[in-house]
Amino acid sequence: MPNMSLKKNEMPVQDANVRNKNFTEVALGYTEEQAVDEANRCLNCKNKPCVGGCPVAIDIPSFIAKIKEKDFEGAYQIIAQSSSLPAVCGRVCPQETQCESKCVRGVKGEPVGIGRLERFVADWHNKNCKDAPKAPEKNGHKCAVIGAGPSGLTCAGDLAKMGYDVTVFEALHLAGGVLVYGIPEFRLPKSIVQHEVDNLKALGVKIETNVVVGKTIEVDELFEDGFEAIFIGSGAGLPNFMNIPGENLKGVYSANEFLTRVNLMKAYKTDSDTPIKKNSSVAVVGGGNVAMDAARCAKRLGAENVYIVYRRSEEEMPARKEEVEHAKEEGIIFKTLNNPVEIIGNEHKFVTGMKCVEMELGEPDQSGRRRPIPKEGSEFVLDVDCVVMSIGTSPNPLIRNTTKGLDTNKHGCFIADENGKTSREGVFAGGDAVTGAATVILAMGAGKTAAKAMDEYIKSRS
Amino acid sequence: MYKIVRKQVLNPTVTLMEVDAPLIAKKAEPGQFIILRVDENGERIPLTVADFDREKGTVTIIFQIVGATTEKLNHLNDGDCIHDFVGPLGVASHTEGLKKVAVVGGGVGCAIAYPIAKKLHNLGCEVHAVVGFRNKDLVILEDEFKANSSIMKIMTDDGSYGTKGLVTDALKELIESGNKYDEVIAIGPLIMMKFVCKLTKEYGIKTVVSMNPIMIDGTGMCGGCRLTVGGETKFACVDGPDFDGHLVDFDEAMERGTMYKEFETKRREETCNLFKNV
Repeated sequence: MPNMSLKKNEMPVQDANVRNKNFTEVALGYTEEQAVDEANRCLNCKNKPCVGGCPVAIDIPSFIAKIKEKDFEGAYQIIAQSSSLPAVCGRVCPQETQCESKCVRGVKGEPVGIGRLERFVADWHNKNCKDAPKAPEKNGHKCAVIGAGPSGLTCAGDLAKMGYDVTVFEALHLAGGVLVYGIPEFRLPKSIVQHEVDNLKALGVKIETNVVVGKTIEVDELFEDGFEAIFIGSGAGLPNFMNIPGENLKGVYSANEFLTRVNLMKAYKTDSDTPIKKNSSVAVVGGGNVAMDAARCAKRLGAENVYIVYRRSEEEMPARKEEVEHAKEEGIIFKTLNNPVEIIGNEHKFVTGMKCVEMELGEPDQSGRRRPIPKEGSEFVLDVDCVVMSIGTSPNPLIRNTTKGLDTNKHGCFIADENGKTSREGVFAGGDAVTGAATVILAMGAGKTAAKAMDEYIKSRS
Repeated sequence: MYKIVRKQVLNPTVTLMEVDAPLIAKKAEPGQFIILRVDENGERIPLTVADFDREKGTVTIIFQIVGATTEKLNHLNDGDCIHDFVGPLGVASHTEGLKKVAVVGGGVGCAIAYPIAKKLHNLGCEVHAVVGFRNKDLVILEDEFKANSSIMKIMTDDGSYGTKGLVTDALKELIESGNKYDEVIAIGPLIMMKFVCKLTKEYGIKTVVSMNPIMIDGTGMCGGCRLTVGGETKFACVDGPDFDGHLVDFDEAMERGTMYKEFETKRREETCNLFKNV
């Protein structure tokens, strides 16, 4: 008999007032009992609407059926057919707008906790199955992947499984891309990312860190070195600023810089040589997941007041509801319908405040969201000693500036067709480098699609 | 891991290291920089390429011991490895078409000015070198500059070597005595570059400076290295590190450079104590 409870099994979490002072993971994961109980809420619909909501088309009802039978490894094997990073996706996918939004149980009550189940299965596998995957027999063809983020790692994994000799080139000193520099430890423990990277290495994937393609080596040289097809998954890493007065004061960070110092460089640990400013009040400007991450990091670093300053209302916030809720529980103060106009500093050029103007919502704009309009005479100063700008990123120009014949659009994103094919023969691209800043799972999907197209491309030539 | 093939102490606070990094050596040009991390918990710091040997596959860095990271780096020796070493980053210095140039170096900035002087000299450009140091003990690369310039002026703050005075004094003299420079290239402490630019602006001589702000990734990702140049925000790592000195907001750059001063001082003390105890 299915479990007809209208509510999902709640995710056990660290208490908000404890977790906002540490960097260990917030969500603790289901127990086996909770997982089986939640799995029993799945009706195993014949037409599987949830699968259509998954960018990598995981056979969701089948893996859930295995959980019902307590065959957790069997469940993992089903997920692994479609996803190369299940422990990551179970944590950071916006399931509420993907698989879970299509779940029949969601019509009346809450949908099945598909994301939570995916995470449970992946964690169970990582804990109980220590065998590293075996490297398949090599087919004698070489592929290069630029960028060791979600799209690149996925593409590399799929190509390696097909027998390709794959080398991943990463600009930073560590593989993982946004999974290691952007998403904080308390949302995605870095040991999980490392585990996934180690699995890729076991598959025979070579990862060359400290190589900036476009600087250390160029795309054309990769072809000369015998790589037959190249995947560019260089992400969207260039931070945007607001271009308001005071943005270069000391204590103003891009979210990228703030999060990189904290996550990649571990500035929160005493043994890290990387500094980060100690702040008492922090304003994070923006309303996306990155803004939530930055705000929650600022709180954990010891700031007493942390504000989210967002020019629209909470309804328009692009951040996941769960992230917004977690942030609120941890004491982050939401200043919605406010927009910064100037950052104010003292004689030593350290930030002392941020002048904001109140906003109201007008007619919907191009994005379909109601356009925020400043309320005249509503300026006020928010007392803060740190401002984190989290208003989006653009693709990095290093590769497009050094590679001939690679078309980009007006935003600087590579132009690629639905299979990841770019204007240059043998060059494929995917993830944020093509779409602009989006999600981990969409990048993974693009990496997967491109791997297939690269395989077809190489086969068609030989 | 990147092996140190040669270490040379240039003066009590400045050290040279030749590092095995063939991919970088193949591409590096004067004016570009690398980012290194000494060890597992190390911070990423940018250092400008002081020299490179494409055949040997080595890149030379010259650094002043100013904080915990450079202190740790200085404790490494021949045969030891640097954990991470990435580059060449930034845009190479523009050297084409220059016929007569004054290269001005201050302190450890001479390490960056030198490869540019060398390249210009090799291209047949007339190079006048003006280098300044606090005192005689801190003089570096004297022979190297001499070999790559037709006029060379050494200035020291205390007069213990060369001429007593500032680099701007010597540069002014050279300009006043009728030298017509296509360009002045000034590399050194921000305050020195600021005053060189002030001087050359009076004479209307184009001046290029090399900026070395705080940065993390060096690829345009963090924006920590931003500067105001001609009223616009620029990232030193991808737009520079060379900029038109007459447009750079030096006062802002100097302020931004002090962001982590307290942390740096404390961290360096801790590091020094650590080495003492070993």
